[in-house]
Amino acid sequence: MAAPRPLPRLDAVNRPFWTGGAVGELRIMRCQDCAAFIHPPRPVCRNCLSENVAPHAVAGTGVVDTFTVNHQKWHPAMEVPFVVARVALDGVPGVFLTTNIVGCPVEEVDVGDRVRVTFEQQDDVYLPLFEKIG
Amino acid sequence: MANNEAYITGIGQSEIGVKLTRHPLLLTLDAVREALDEAGLTIGQIDGVSTYPGRTAALLGFSPIGADELIDALGIRATWHAGGGEISSQLGAVVAAVAAVRTGQARHVICFRTVYEAAAMARPEEYPVPRRDRVDGSSQWFAPFNAISAVNWTAQYAMRHVKRYGLTREQLAQIALTDRAHAALNPRALFREPLTMDEYLSARMISTPLCLYDCDRYSDASTVLIVSAGSAIDEVTCTPIRIAAMAGTVERHSWDQAEWMACYPTGADLWKRTDYKPSDVDTAQLYDGFSFQAVAWLEALGFCDIGEGGRFIEGGKRIALDGELPLNTFGGQLGAGRLHGFGFAHEAVVQLRGLGGARQVPGDPRVAVSASGGGPLATALLLARD
Repeated sequence: MAAPRPLPRLDAVNRPFWTGGAVGELRIMRCQDCAAFIHPPRPVCRNCLSENVAPHAVAGTGVVDTFTVNHQKWHPAMEVPFVVARVALDGVPGVFLTTNIVGCPVEEVDVGDRVRVTFEQQDDVYLPLFEKIG
Repeated sequence: MANNEAYITGIGQSEIGVKLTRHPLLLTLDAVREALDEAGLTIGQIDGVSTYPGRTAALLGFSPIGADELIDALGIRATWHAGGGEISSQLGAVVAAVAAVRTGQARHVICFRTVYEAAAMARPEEYPVPRRDRVDGSSQWFAPFNAISAVNWTAQYAMRHVKRYGLTREQLAQIALTDRAHAALNPRALFREPLTMDEYLSARMISTPLCLYDCDRYSDASTVLIVSAGSAIDEVTCTPIRIAAMAGTVERHSWDQAEWMACYPTGADLWKRTDYKPSDVDTAQLYDGFSFQAVAWLEALGFCDIGEGGRFIEGGKRIALDGELPLNTFGGQLGAGRLHGFGFAHEAVVQLRGLGGARQVPGDPRVAVSASGGGPLATALLLARD
């Protein structure tokens, strides 16, 4: 997928998530009072309503919870097929990331696969993609 | 005793087409006229308007006509109106109207959904596609990964059923095959030719496990449902259909953080608000913009256990017109066209009035359930003819 991706508009709340890859960190917002993770990131904890929240670097590994192989070219420059997956992050209960599984043929991706984050930079955004471990 | 129930009275629908040239306001008017005629009402008796998702200026084909414009264009004196997308789903516009008539804010509310996506795509000079430099809001969690379409999001829920519960393509095909079989009996339906299992299985994949025939097609149409107050029901000449229960529950408003699509808690909550049970339902009209959503709704509404949806529809007999639970008898969105939610309630009313013609469910149906939405969007309406 060499074609440019739609990129997020960065703001104070989402910037740590989308730029953590610059230093190799996958950052998920976390409540400093109750330790719950908050994703999508917001300036309040959805578990205890504390405003004492901050980005937290997580392990960056996880498991493919579910996935789909997209075959449709949604615009002419899109390269298909590719895998869209929902990854459950290790040590981050209740948080899933929609992402792409890269670095292997699409038919080799399955539910339960162990994966590790790899960042793809476009402009000022570091997209957390995942590749299979081992 | 005063009747404080709410009813669906007049229903109407424009032609359903692709790349229609008739103005979307006039398509809406076609549906309004049919609904008024059926109810024996005049436009002067309409005092409320409700729609989903309101006029969407940034993507006009998705919703070209809002409540504001309809009120002004048709000379409606509205004592109550609403239109917006931040509601339980498409049929949430009906839920809002019920609240309005049951609290005395209106007597007869036009609820409508007008879609013009096929025409808009064919005429970009009239309906320009917006250019975005960056995405924000919930789109930012999907679009950067080229998960651009709702089919990608829905497909992941479907894939989980494939992996966890053994849902097969042959089972899933029954939604599209049943829809097309029923659409052949609906003069207004977009696709009136039957679809075979071989055609389904050989169709190109869009987003696994969903193929071309698991996805609805952009259409141009308008659907109207008039919601009337019990206190005003004597003004109506058609058989009123009572809204016996409603639900629209969301636990996480997200396409990827939620373990279960919102239809599941919505279906469970529907039955807490009525003495009816799933076994009382004579026909189900369940959202199928993507086929899997109808499977999920069947499970969510308790017609079968979670994970059993594929086996429930296997072979297609159970959901056929003469089956134990006739499903999407107008053709659903896969057969009739992408009416976007309102078609399901429209058809429930048709069936409960016995006006289905060649597609009429046998046995004098009295209770129907209709539902709209997928992912975090979910509304269920239980409808009854007393």
